Amino acid sequence: MAEIRNYTVNFGPQHPAAHGVLRLVLELDGEVVQRADPHIGLLHRATEKLAEQRTWIQSLPYMDRLDYISMMCSEHAYVMAIEKLAGIEVPIRAQYIRVLFDEITRVMNHLFGLAALGLDLGAMTVFLYCFREREDLLDCYEAVSGARMHAAYYRPGGVYRDLPETMPQYQAQHTRSARTLAAMNDNRQGSLLDFIEDFTARFPKCIDDYETLLTENRIWKQRTVGIGVVSPERALALGFSGPMLRGSGVAWDLRKKQPYEVYHRLDFDVAVGTNGDTYDRYLVRVEEMRQSNRIIRQCVDWLRQNPGPVISDNHKVAPPSRLEMKANMEELIHHFKLFTEGMHVPEGEAYAAVEHPKGEFAVYFISDGANKPYRMKLRSPAFCHLSAMDEMARGHMLADAVAVISTLDIVFGDVDR
Amino acid sequence: MNVTALLDTLLAFSESKLGPLWGPATYELVTSAVFIVLIVAPLMLCVAYLTLWERKLIGWMQIRIGPNRVGPLGLLQPIADGVKLLFKEVILPTNANKALYILAPMLGIMPALAAWAVVPFAPEVVLADINAGLLYVIALTSFGVYGVIIAGWASNSKYAFLGAMRSAAQMVSYELGMGFALVVVLMVSGSLNLSDIVNAQGRGLFASKGLHFLSWNWLPLAPMLLVYFISGVAETNRAPFDVVEGESEIVAGHMIEYSGMTFALFFLAEYANMILISTLTAVMFFGGWQAPIDSALFNLLPPFGWLLAKVFVIVSLFLWIRATFPRYRYDQIMRLGWKIFIPLTLVWIVFVGAWMQTPWNIWK
Repeated sequence: MAEIRNYTVNFGPQHPAAHGVLRLVLELDGEVVQRADPHIGLLHRATEKLAEQRTWIQSLPYMDRLDYISMMCSEHAYVMAIEKLAGIEVPIRAQYIRVLFDEITRVMNHLFGLAALGLDLGAMTVFLYCFREREDLLDCYEAVSGARMHAAYYRPGGVYRDLPETMPQYQAQHTRSARTLAAMNDNRQGSLLDFIEDFTARFPKCIDDYETLLTENRIWKQRTVGIGVVSPERALALGFSGPMLRGSGVAWDLRKKQPYEVYHRLDFDVAVGTNGDTYDRYLVRVEEMRQSNRIIRQCVDWLRQNPGPVISDNHKVAPPSRLEMKANMEELIHHFKLFTEGMHVPEGEAYAAVEHPKGEFAVYFISDGANKPYRMKLRSPAFCHLSAMDEMARGHMLADAVAVISTLDIVFGDVDR
Repeated sequence: MNVTALLDTLLAFSESKLGPLWGPATYELVTSAVFIVLIVAPLMLCVAYLTLWERKLIGWMQIRIGPNRVGPLGLLQPIADGVKLLFKEVILPTNANKALYILAPMLGIMPALAAWAVVPFAPEVVLADINAGLLYVIALTSFGVYGVIIAGWASNSKYAFLGAMRSAAQMVSYELGMGFALVVVLMVSGSLNLSDIVNAQGRGLFASKGLHFLSWNWLPLAPMLLVYFISGVAETNRAPFDVVEGESEIVAGHMIEYSGMTFALFFLAEYANMILISTLTAVMFFGGWQAPIDSALFNLLPPFGWLLAKVFVIVSLFLWIRATFPRYRYDQIMRLGWKIFIPLTLVWIVFVGAWMQTPWNIWK
């Protein structure tokens, strides 16, 4: 009698649903996944090691390149760890700006995650709808930092600069009539805050649109309910965090449990699932977008009323203004030292974690008092989530393995680092 | 001079030159070839422009513009695509079964084109007015699955093989539901001839009052229309039943190793099948070439125009569905086919059969 063997399929690294460079070795019995073996490391860039050769400021832009879907949140953990180690006070306005952009980033990340989940399950229209809104948020990034993706906007001691009074505008093109151009630039006439406020006003309706297409859709429910179920106990044991943990019904959110910056002053709820399946995680992420929208509104209101400095006036860590630098010897020396040697961080260790859209993202430093870290360790949520791939995909069909990868919401920059 | 007279002249000419034995045979051969070209050439054009319409329509639904660079409004895009595919190399994978690998796309497109022989475009305008037209169509559309299975097997690729397995299961199960739905149409029309099926829909209580569209099969056979149309979507491997291609799962399924014209043939077959299913839906449930209301205004559009309009609407429905729904999982498709459609159609056959025996039979 012929021997019956399982079928081994190399899923990725070049695969439309691999979310980057995941190489997944799937052992299939017919279409049923018997074993899923993720092979990682194809995007490994040794960020932790690189940071040991660079000054504290120079490593900051690497954080954008870890999780390139939600950039500023990784920056946030990095600067928070430095501030903790060096005991730097952050001006309140800078804290609000950071929270504002953390939440914009969260919306951006969840829009991308929803788009990818939709596309992986064949709902292409949701993908494009999500990207329409995401584009506006990338424009906010551009307005504030000059870059759409790799912002490098946060600094130890605050943020690089205050929010701009103007928004970047669409330029004339031969394919655009004057009327179209005017309509496209209509909500970009005021400041960045005006633009964000306008966004928060129309965004809930956009979420309703996505939900109309998906939430009650029978095919969508058939594809997500009961797929990749994780019990609360297993979720905790596997080191889950963020929406993956909350989808399983554990109300753990660092913004509530260990409030950092000004989260304790803001009014928002934590979305929690019940069944721990793909559908619940989808609902949790959608609800988080609505809550982030609420937080963004509160931040915008506060920022309008309270002007002030946005970066620490301790010029050992933050550069002095150009004006002072030209007139004051002391400041000139500060400037020179900061931009040649860089800041020094006192000897010690620090761990700072933020509620990154994907989970708990943290940076751990050991400093020996030099102008660069002695050791940096990054705690990325995606790595823990991917390691549960086998457990979540086993016994499901091939098409569900795709849904599971998507619901993990992983980015390979973050997994491999 | 009308067409019949022209054909008679041709027949007489051919007989005078080639004698009574070879003359009519040659005449048949030549005229059939001309008619086939007259059907297939516009069909291929329709297929080409259906791809453009798909991209445009879905583009609008997805707040995009769609192709607008090649020619005015992107109208030359299908030509550009065709030329590109024509010039691409046909890659033969090393371990593929060469003969079958080349044969598969041809097997895919042949039935998609051949089925058009019995489709009535207007009263009396049909290439082969055979009595078993419906049977012929069912037989040929079932053939399409061989192209897919052979392609998946001959490619010697794991993804292609998975695609072939899926298509074998899926197409076979939806054939059944589709066939049963058509049996009901056959019962009420009393004929397998597609022209007769259309004509039968033009008779009835409402049709005699000029309201043809209420006499068409879609109203009394609404559940069968639904089953037939959804099975048609599944049969052509269109979203949400496109698990055979399954972009995000098995990448392109059976087509994964194909390139150039071999790939294009699969593509053409898919779209030709889409138009075919739409046309059959129009013929069997929406009165074919008939105008919805028998009035001077509606009769301004010629019969063929009405058929074209109906097919256009139904094809657009295919595209709309694709833009709206997520993809089913393979086993869920099976469940829908076997546990819902087949029982439903079986019950409906009995129901309609019983209905036809009562005094309220509307199909006399």
